[in-house]
Amino acid sequence: MSELLQFLFSGLTVGAVYALVALGFTIIYNASDVVNFAQGEFVMLGGMITWFAHAAGLPLPLAALIAIVATAALGVAINKLAIEPARGAPVVSLIIITIGASVFLQGAAQLVFDKQIHSFPAFSGDTPLRIGGATIQPQSLWVIGGALLVFVGLWLFFTRTLLGRAVLATSNNRLAAQLVGINTNFVMTLSFALSAGIGALAGVLATPITLTAYNVGIGFALKGFAGAMLGGMGNPKGALAGGFLIGLIEALTAGYLSSTYKEAAAFVVILLVLFFMPQGLFGRKSTERV
Amino acid sequence: MTLLSVEGLGIAFGGIKAVHDVSFKVEPGEIVSVIGPNGAGKTTLFNMISGVYQPGSGRVVLEGEDVTGMAPFRLAQRGMSRTFQNLQIFQNMTVLENAISGFHLQEKGPVLADLLHLPSSRRRARAADAGARKLLARVGLERAADREAGNLSYGSLKRLEIARALAMKPKVLLLDEPAAGCNAVETEEIDHLIAEVAASGTAILLVEHDMKMVMRISSHIVVLDHGEKIAEGAPAEVSRNPAVIAAYLGTEEGADADG
Repeated sequence: MSELLQFLFSGLTVGAVYALVALGFTIIYNASDVVNFAQGEFVMLGGMITWFAHAAGLPLPLAALIAIVATAALGVAINKLAIEPARGAPVVSLIIITIGASVFLQGAAQLVFDKQIHSFPAFSGDTPLRIGGATIQPQSLWVIGGALLVFVGLWLFFTRTLLGRAVLATSNNRLAAQLVGINTNFVMTLSFALSAGIGALAGVLATPITLTAYNVGIGFALKGFAGAMLGGMGNPKGALAGGFLIGLIEALTAGYLSSTYKEAAAFVVILLVLFFMPQGLFGRKSTERV
Repeated sequence: MTLLSVEGLGIAFGGIKAVHDVSFKVEPGEIVSVIGPNGAGKTTLFNMISGVYQPGSGRVVLEGEDVTGMAPFRLAQRGMSRTFQNLQIFQNMTVLENAISGFHLQEKGPVLADLLHLPSSRRRARAADAGARKLLARVGLERAADREAGNLSYGSLKRLEIARALAMKPKVLLLDEPAAGCNAVETEEIDHLIAEVAASGTAILLVEHDMKMVMRISSHIVVLDHGEKIAEGAPAEVSRNPAVIAAYLGTEEGADADG
């Protein structure tokens, strides 16, 4: 029993990170139908920049803030320099551009920082909390709490605010959105900033547990993508649930089968979802009809 | 001051002059129709005026301000709105939500107020909702309010698009074939609607194939053929103009250049 609880804790922790990445996918997808494969690099940058600034002597909260703001700015730059000039191109081309951006960011991080594995101290110490015979790191609670908070924020943003609905309108029909006075370029800029900021936040929260290096992004991107697909692309609720599910599946596979198969488990699930319910667990209609 | 003035507008696609040196003026409350055979460049002209295409030459002046090639969302803010021949509807939203979207600029308020669900934000949302329902009633779609827009007939979507455009209380409204795909009764309703809107002071710029309708409601007609203005004037003058008759009945060279 305590063994199962232990696996659940570790599943929820990684799941929360995947959920944050999946939420990042959701925002850009909602605004433009583009799946931004540079999403994982935002997570990497969040961790790396925080480590770098912290190692340079800045207090951790300030270093984290700088990382999030700088990554959001980079997200905007990617949109302005790579996505916007290609506007009008098919979505597939835009997705390939994001893969290019991902490769570029990874290479740049390797040059600007280094190839080592890094970390920084956990926010609330390393003393594990004992719950029901299992233990959980305080940092895990930070990650899970962060994912839930971001989810609630996004949910309110998309359902309650005019700006959030402008994002959904832009994804539904760009020209129609322009006709009613929505500045669709601003919507895209905002989406990239939000998405990159959330990715960086995931990196900041997760690094004390998962560690970071220039090449960790792609793994986060794939798992987060799997989570977003599992939940139903474009649906914040689906992204949250999907991210957590992928994390749990991974942890349980690693615990009860073998950690060799944990990577495979997530992708087997995603294949099954694509075959049998391509719209994902929560479909996509429910969000677009907000 | 002239409300909308189109001055020497032209565009070429790969060396072919789709529209060449077209000028006319639109005053408040006027209904100006642009007519011409298929492929005459009417929709292209509309796309240039409304900022969808960048004109190759000429200017579009709205209330004394040069708005040539300005993005559609900026034109919307300045009081120009339009509908499309091939419809630009939010297919996955309900009919009501589509109409509400037309109130976007009026509903705009601080994001924080929206997030916190403040009374001011709720009041704006209620106003948009009420306004949208009123407009849907005006175009005869009130009973379809909660249906998904994608499931409506073409004729209904045309009216929905007009309702959304009217929500913005435009100074000038561009309608691209509003009666296409509508039956005789619907056409007459649209006809009345357009006259009513114009009577309230909004200028209407219209592209329409239904000649009876055009002749009945236009205050002024601009005739295009092969991208050039071949005639302009009151309906009675234009319908007697030999060049217009030739363009419509078609000459041999006219027939193969169309499309």
